[in-house]
Amino acid sequence: MNQEYWQEELETMKRPDLERLQTERLKATVQQALKSPFYQEVFKQNGLTADDIQTLDDLRKIPFTTKDDLRAHYPFGLVAIPLRECVRIHSSSGTTGNPTVVLHSAKDLDQWANQVARCMYMVGLRDTDVFQNTSGYGMFTGGLGFQYGAERLGALTVPAAAGNTKRQIKFICDFGTTCLHIIPSYATRLAEVMYEEGIDPHRDTKLHTVCIGAEPHSEEQRKRIEKLLGVKAYNCFGMSEMNGPGVAFECKEQNGLHIWEDYVIPEIIDPVTLEPVPDGEVGELVLTTINREAMPLLRYRTRDLTCFLPGDCPCGRTHRRLARFKGRSDDMIILKGVNIFPTQVEKILMHFKELGSNYLITIETVGYNDEMMIEVELSDLFTDDFSTLQRLEKEVTRQLKDELLLTPRVKLVAKGSLPAPEGGKAVRVKDLRKIC
Amino acid sequence: MTVNQISIFLENKYGTLSEILMLLAEANIRIIAATVADTSEYGILRIIVNDPQRAYALLKEHNVSANLSDVLAIVTHSEAAGFARTLQAFTKAGLTIEYMYCFSAGEKSILIIRTNNREAAREVIRRQNMDYLCENDLLKFN
Ligand SMILES: [Zn+2]
Repeated sequence: MNQEYWQEELETMKRPDLERLQTERLKATVQQALKSPFYQEVFKQNGLTADDIQTLDDLRKIPFTTKDDLRAHYPFGLVAIPLRECVRIHSSSGTTGNPTVVLHSAKDLDQWANQVARCMYMVGLRDTDVFQNTSGYGMFTGGLGFQYGAERLGALTVPAAAGNTKRQIKFICDFGTTCLHIIPSYATRLAEVMYEEGIDPHRDTKLHTVCIGAEPHSEEQRKRIEKLLGVKAYNCFGMSEMNGPGVAFECKEQNGLHIWEDYVIPEIIDPVTLEPVPDGEVGELVLTTINREAMPLLRYRTRDLTCFLPGDCPCGRTHRRLARFKGRSDDMIILKGVNIFPTQVEKILMHFKELGSNYLITIETVGYNDEMMIEVELSDLFTDDFSTLQRLEKEVTRQLKDELLLTPRVKLVAKGSLPAPEGGKAVRVKDLRKIC
Repeated sequence: MTVNQISIFLENKYGTLSEILMLLAEANIRIIAATVADTSEYGILRIIVNDPQRAYALLKEHNVSANLSDVLAIVTHSEAAGFARTLQAFTKAGLTIEYMYCFSAGEKSILIIRTNNREAAREVIRRQNMDYLCENDLLKFN
């Protein structure tokens, strides 16, 4: 039997029924959250009680929770069950100060595995697949999150973890890996190394699907990954505060990520005014967990920028779709009053077959001006002629200017001269501005 | 009539050029002629070597942005006059010289030329009965 859905009833639930389910779970979640010292204090300070939250609209009475709140109440201030009932802790990779940690009960982990399995099933993975996870393991949620999800699905799971490209390729070939979870910049790197080693992924591997996420990327980059590896690439979205992977995922339509609304309540707000934006407009995603007991989060500001896609999805799932992520509200570069996302730059660079996939945006103060320099690697030296290189530079600059509405300085650099991503996220922006 | 030339993309960064030359030297590849053309941002190193295929493969292996192409290699005898006559022949045929450089081998001077029209340039060489080098001649430089 070839079923379409992992949990048909939940995935295709009529909107009014889904909203009833959300309301019920929201009320239970508020009750649960109030067992944590943090939310007790928040509700008290705002003159709220659990009884004030009766409908989905009432959610807006509750103040936002931020990453700073999690840091300030590190490590256990938001935990709503006794610690002996918690079975796992995950944390974000904080570079400064306290990391943000999330605790899980056994039931939370069970739900999470189910959620990830649902996503993987949606893109066509079955228990006959061989799933290789190139995510870092350890405290990072992309490792164990996908591991448990893939096992729940019944796939043969290869916890290859991050890095060591040659070993990854060996596993893919030897184990007959059919699906990878991989960050997009590493996917192109992996493909390049395969070709360098004389391995044609189309011919020599069984790969048919990759799940890509963790860093914003453009449609062009997806297409490139699909072509290089001979796969379908699906976007996934997750964050450690929301467990990890499995929050939202593309279906086979590859047009927006279904956000699982039996799992979280999504809102999209203007990051400056904090008011909800009209449907279809880009804003910051705010999420409320409604299916978690150890550490419920109410109206958590994700910093991720996206918008709801209008209309129904042909796949039959009723959970709304989020547009491709536009970056993070704190990765956004504001230059000369213009908002710029690295994904915009990437989209343009991908048009040029002469250019590689590695680039670096540097913002620096020159005199009294802030300027943008974009270094991009040549895919190879395709010409022996300066004027051709200069024409390429000019054309890249012109197209970037049309997209960004300001003129960056484009600099072609030799292949391999920018730091290559290897498992970790690629560094795309260096902001050297002097803040006066 | 033509020899292989390797062009290498160089960033204007300290040490880039010497790294590449070291790489070739360690593999016992002899550089017969070299020239660097650059702008403020980057340069192109053009080299003629005794074993271009091996040199090119080596550069690729080390992830160097490089390009292998053919250039005309014309033999002239007395430098100034010989150069002038050769260039004049091309100009008269309506060809543009994109770049040129030269090196000497014993008595002879070898002029490396890239014009805007490869076929027309070959025709000029044939008509003018110019002396030239072929790929095999480079092996003599071992
Ligand atoms: Zn769908």
